[in-house]
Amino acid sequence: MTVPRIWRKIPQYYNLIGKKCQKCNSLYFPPRDVCTHCGEINLQNYKLEGNGEIITFTVIRTPMPDPEGEIIDIPGRQIPYIIAIIKLDQGPCLTSEIVDCSPGEVKIGKKVKSVFRKIVEKGPRGVIQYGCKFKLI
Amino acid sequence: MRKVAIIGIGMTKFGNLWDRDLVSLSVEAGMKACHDANISQEEVEALYGGTMSGGLFVNQEHVAALLGDFSGLKNIPCTRVEAACASGGLALRQAYIDVASGMHDIVVAGGVEKMTDIGGAAVTKTLATAASQEWEAVYGATFPGLYAMVAKLHMHKYGTTEKQLAMCAVKNHKNAVYNPFAQFRREISVQDVLNSQKVADPLNLLDCSPITDGAASVILASEKKAKKLCKKPIWILGSGHAIDTISLHDREDITTLKATVEAAKQAYKQAKLSPKDIDCVEVHDCFTIAELCAVEDLGFCKKGESGKFIESGHTQIGGSIPVNTSGGLKAKGHPIGASGIAQVIEAVLQLRGEAKGRQVDAKIAMTHNVGGTGGTAVVHILGR
Repeated sequence: MTVPRIWRKIPQYYNLIGKKCQKCNSLYFPPRDVCTHCGEINLQNYKLEGNGEIITFTVIRTPMPDPEGEIIDIPGRQIPYIIAIIKLDQGPCLTSEIVDCSPGEVKIGKKVKSVFRKIVEKGPRGVIQYGCKFKLI
Repeated sequence: MRKVAIIGIGMTKFGNLWDRDLVSLSVEAGMKACHDANISQEEVEALYGGTMSGGLFVNQEHVAALLGDFSGLKNIPCTRVEAACASGGLALRQAYIDVASGMHDIVVAGGVEKMTDIGGAAVTKTLATAASQEWEAVYGATFPGLYAMVAKLHMHKYGTTEKQLAMCAVKNHKNAVYNPFAQFRREISVQDVLNSQKVADPLNLLDCSPITDGAASVILASEKKAKKLCKKPIWILGSGHAIDTISLHDREDITTLKATVEAAKQAYKQAKLSPKDIDCVEVHDCFTIAELCAVEDLGFCKKGESGKFIESGHTQIGGSIPVNTSGGLKAKGHPIGASGIAQVIEAVLQLRGEAKGRQVDAKIAMTHNVGGTGGTAVVHILGR
């Protein structure tokens, strides 16, 4: 992603700032501008706590091989890595990476909390994007 | 709305076709469809073409005009339709609406993807554009990874096993042996699937559909034209199309593709039919778990029971509801934009009684095409 594309999402990437519907109090993360429950358009920033639970997960061991059979890594990411869908204690669900543990330790239902980490590095001279990943409690 | 029939079908071989480009594949499929319908391309009044990403796969946009031009379609309306992996199915629906509305009498619906001109990492990245870039892909969610999370939860909630997942791939490879257009015409065993390279737990390489080049086209006609031109018209009895949240994490139940449920509901209602009336179905098995979810969400078995349903042979040729007689996306191949049209071609072959070694006794057939992880679903019901 380009610098402006990362830059304009800094509040959400760095701080788990979602949105709260001012009419029905629904919470959203990732943020939305229209409430999908009641249709309201007055949604205000709302800081979410970083605690949650693993709904489901996977261990990515290989991105797909190319037609010649060669395995190509996604640049800037170590294989294997764990991604999960996490339900925050306040309600919203999000997709992120689980870090600081081995794949065998991750289970559906385990509690996690957010940590501030490097998300992706666009090559040796490229932009580095930071944001929230999660670790087991 | 007017009645609409499919009067011609045509597709290329699916596979790693290094000597073919986007245009030549599309033209071949289109010309075969015209030949099958016994019309010349000059009789075609409009085109709808499904392709996911000409831009990222071959650096080509403005695809509808390009393909229309090289197919000899002069100055007629040609429209590109995009809904990720459901582009083909949605192109058919747009063509159907066009003819049903009375705007045109003979319309072509096609789909194409040329995927092998770029490497595997670039393909993975391109496919991931069907998911949310800012909230899924950036955290390393690949397409196999997203479907793997569906599989993990399905196994956790319902006791589905890796063996049951593998059985979908085994069945689809077995069916593809009899499909001359399929990419992989060889049988595999459950053990082959379980031993294949690990991609994203619990999915292995042989749980995943391949990277494929190919094109497919069908010719649609109004009732009057169809009866005049065609001895065996296949009628579109129902058409459904629905969206759902683009991201899995926004769904109430991650193991249910609500877009599939809603699109099927529309198609069943229009056709005045129910799941027990369907004789064979082509479902969107981009990964084995997707076939399990589809069998449940289309109403062929209860939620959570698809593993046992597949294990007991119901989805085999000769079973109560044969699924993916063509070999499915898994073994026939999955040229993204072409897949939705190729499914319809299989349904037409089955209904015409021209499916040879994989023929089933079918009066009513269904097709089910999904975009992304269920952000879009398109369902059609066809009959003789």
